Amino acid sequence: MSTELLIWLLPLPPLLAFFFVILFTNRSKALSHTLAVGAALLSWLGSMIVFIRAIQQPHFGEHPFEMSIPWFPTGETAFQIGILIDPLSAVTLFFVAWTVLMIFIYSVGYNNFGQPKGDHDLPGLPPHGATLTDEHGHSHKVPSIEPMYARFFAFIGLFAFGMYTLVISNNLLTLFVGWEIMGLCSYLLIGFWYAKPSARAAMIKAFITTRVGDVFMLIGIAYLYSQTGTLSYREIFYNEEVLHTLATTSSGLLGLSAAAMIGILLFIGTIGKSAQWPLHVWLPDAMEGPTPVSAMIHAAAMVSAGVYMVIRAYPLLSAGYEHGHLTQPMMLMAFIGAFTALFSATIAVAQNDIKRVLAYSTISQLGYMIAALGIGGFVAAAFHLITHAFFKALLFLGSGSVIHGMEHGVLHTGEHIDPQDMYNMGGLRKKMPVTFWTFLIGGLALSGFPLVTAGFWSKDEILADAWGHGHIAVFIVLALAALLTAFYTMRQITLTFLGKPRTEAAKHAQETKWTMTLPLVILAVFAVSAGWVGIPKEFPLIGGSIPNWFHDFVGGTLLEHPEAVTFSYIPLLTSLVVALGGLYLGWVVYRKVSAGAKDPLQAPLGSVYTLLKNKYYFDELYDKVFVQPAYWLSETFAYLFIDRKIIDGILHWVAYVSSIIGTFLRNYIDKPIINGSGDFVGEGTKRLGRGMRFIQSGKVQQYMIVALVSLAAFSVLFYYLLSTTP
Amino acid sequence: MIPLSWYLVFSAALFAIGLFGVLARKNAVAILIGIELMLNSVNINLVAFWRYIAPDGISGQAFAVIVFAVAAAEVAVGLALIISIYRRRGTIAAEEIDMLKF
Repeated sequence: MSTELLIWLLPLPPLLAFFFVILFTNRSKALSHTLAVGAALLSWLGSMIVFIRAIQQPHFGEHPFEMSIPWFPTGETAFQIGILIDPLSAVTLFFVAWTVLMIFIYSVGYNNFGQPKGDHDLPGLPPHGATLTDEHGHSHKVPSIEPMYARFFAFIGLFAFGMYTLVISNNLLTLFVGWEIMGLCSYLLIGFWYAKPSARAAMIKAFITTRVGDVFMLIGIAYLYSQTGTLSYREIFYNEEVLHTLATTSSGLLGLSAAAMIGILLFIGTIGKSAQWPLHVWLPDAMEGPTPVSAMIHAAAMVSAGVYMVIRAYPLLSAGYEHGHLTQPMMLMAFIGAFTALFSATIAVAQNDIKRVLAYSTISQLGYMIAALGIGGFVAAAFHLITHAFFKALLFLGSGSVIHGMEHGVLHTGEHIDPQDMYNMGGLRKKMPVTFWTFLIGGLALSGFPLVTAGFWSKDEILADAWGHGHIAVFIVLALAALLTAFYTMRQITLTFLGKPRTEAAKHAQETKWTMTLPLVILAVFAVSAGWVGIPKEFPLIGGSIPNWFHDFVGGTLLEHPEAVTFSYIPLLTSLVVALGGLYLGWVVYRKVSAGAKDPLQAPLGSVYTLLKNKYYFDELYDKVFVQPAYWLSETFAYLFIDRKIIDGILHWVAYVSSIIGTFLRNYIDKPIINGSGDFVGEGTKRLGRGMRFIQSGKVQQYMIVALVSLAAFSVLFYYLLSTTP
Repeated sequence: MIPLSWYLVFSAALFAIGLFGVLARKNAVAILIGIELMLNSVNINLVAFWRYIAPDGISGQAFAVIVFAVAAAEVAVGLALIISIYRRRGTIAAEEIDMLKF
């Protein structure tokens, strides 16, 4: 099979699985997950073949796999749809295929396949557990299977389809299609347990917040199309003429060039999708969904898609970029990215929900990538995107495994505690060794533990880029964020796995099944090894022993291959210090938290802690600024004032006036004139008939007399008339 | 020779008598007789005008003959009707035969 054809077929299996599960096999749980996992496996296999062929291709950046067909005409031009695998999409495809497959396999275990049906489980609510009675007559509670098992696999199938479509697309149009399919699926999956009010609120919040960004992105795409007549990546981003024209055309707004304007609009789409400040609020709430969904949204697919898109559009964003002088979109990205990285890292420090910490850390890490792109670190951003996808998928799946283990404990002991609160855990390393070790690897990768983890290499590259290009402010902010990242990661690991169990449930937690631990192990391998492909050449001791393959390969995506920054000890030492320092601090502060204790930082930080705990009150702020006015607008203004007062008022007035006119017409026109004349004719005829009745006696002789009299009368009349007229 | 006016006066008198019979008599048969009288007074008129004004033609006599024929036919029908009415209602008084108004 030709590679191009194979690429066309990549998104197909998950889509088919979606339709098959929805339409035919939804009653059979085993068949449904077999179809979905099988589809993911097929796509994974195809992706690996494509990836291997791609890395074997010499000068792949100049000669990528590309093919396109016209879709529908728009006047003289036509929308082209097509596929493109160039170095950037090849590596993206690689991590998407792996993480998606792992998440699919993990979902089988996570949704308790093979467990009995729950005692009181209802569709739309998480499974509550089932009571089993063993042969000795002891009854005990065990986890129960998800009631909407098949539906879950159908949805994540569609989700995977959206992501594959987005990755293999060669133009912004189909990218946007995949982007929106994922938007829909995130809505469906965040609200998967739709009977929970919080899940419903979260799904609506996620959908509407990302929609804000999407609208701007669509405007950007439309603007780009109106300027260039094409949406194909290669024709715009790989074409110096087009980029130059766009960079020199003025958009007529705020003194921005067309390229800057489009870049900013596209970037706003990313702000929404990748949950950057100020549209970050939806992502922590998205934790309401099942954990594999969180992993899917936060690692494998959705938020990565946002970053992927700006990395893709980097030539446009940086059009007109000269050394030391950033373009406006890049400045915006550097600011938003760096700010978000630090901002959400501080929030993560004060969260107790194991998944929420990871959610804020995701926002923070995405901010890292955006900031890296903003300062011109194209390869660094792509590198961090990939390593982050692996270790964050690992961390999410790991946290799901922890929650599962805790839920097992909760069911076993019957305690009423939140199985997601880290203060209820502790000491899980002995109960759940596989989860512990893989989570530790993921956590160390996230905090950038030196040398062995992937996160170290990608984070180090970003810091090196910031330092090397002289953006000291960005460098300092990112370094601080890295310190906090290491700190809250260690806090999480310490609270969850180290120390002693703080609740009965934590004492009875249990290691999860192989379907859940196997993906953890595989992702842990990548969380370590994915960094080895991008070790800088000048790195002390080990640099150069493995070629910096990633930089050369992904750098080939751009027309001008980016130079690797010259090596400097300052960013390296900084990243060593912040990573190790943060980890040590996290361990020192949290190692002795006893059962029922408060957060050790609560007392020293005081009101700052409350501020962080409440996420800088952004939810409350948006509630006041957007949600309440929207309610006011629709309730008080639109409904009570416009609708009830004005529109209804006009209608009532019209009705009132019509009624007056009608009454007048009835009383003065209809009744006397129309009815009167009608009645008069009828009555008159009746009276006349009654009056003339006696003439018709039926007697021949009377008739005869009448005839004679009439004859005589007429004769006289005629005689008179004839005699008088000449 | 008797002047034409005498015939005409006689004819008019006869017509008047017939008309009176038609209007005043109760018996339906008598009414029929009255009609016959009126028809015949007309015949006298016709024959008299023919004799005095246009004796060369034959039209006066022809008229008279046709009137006879019509009168005979009429009497036949009229009597048949009267008999039929009598059989149904047991009377031939014209006053009581008022079915025309229905």
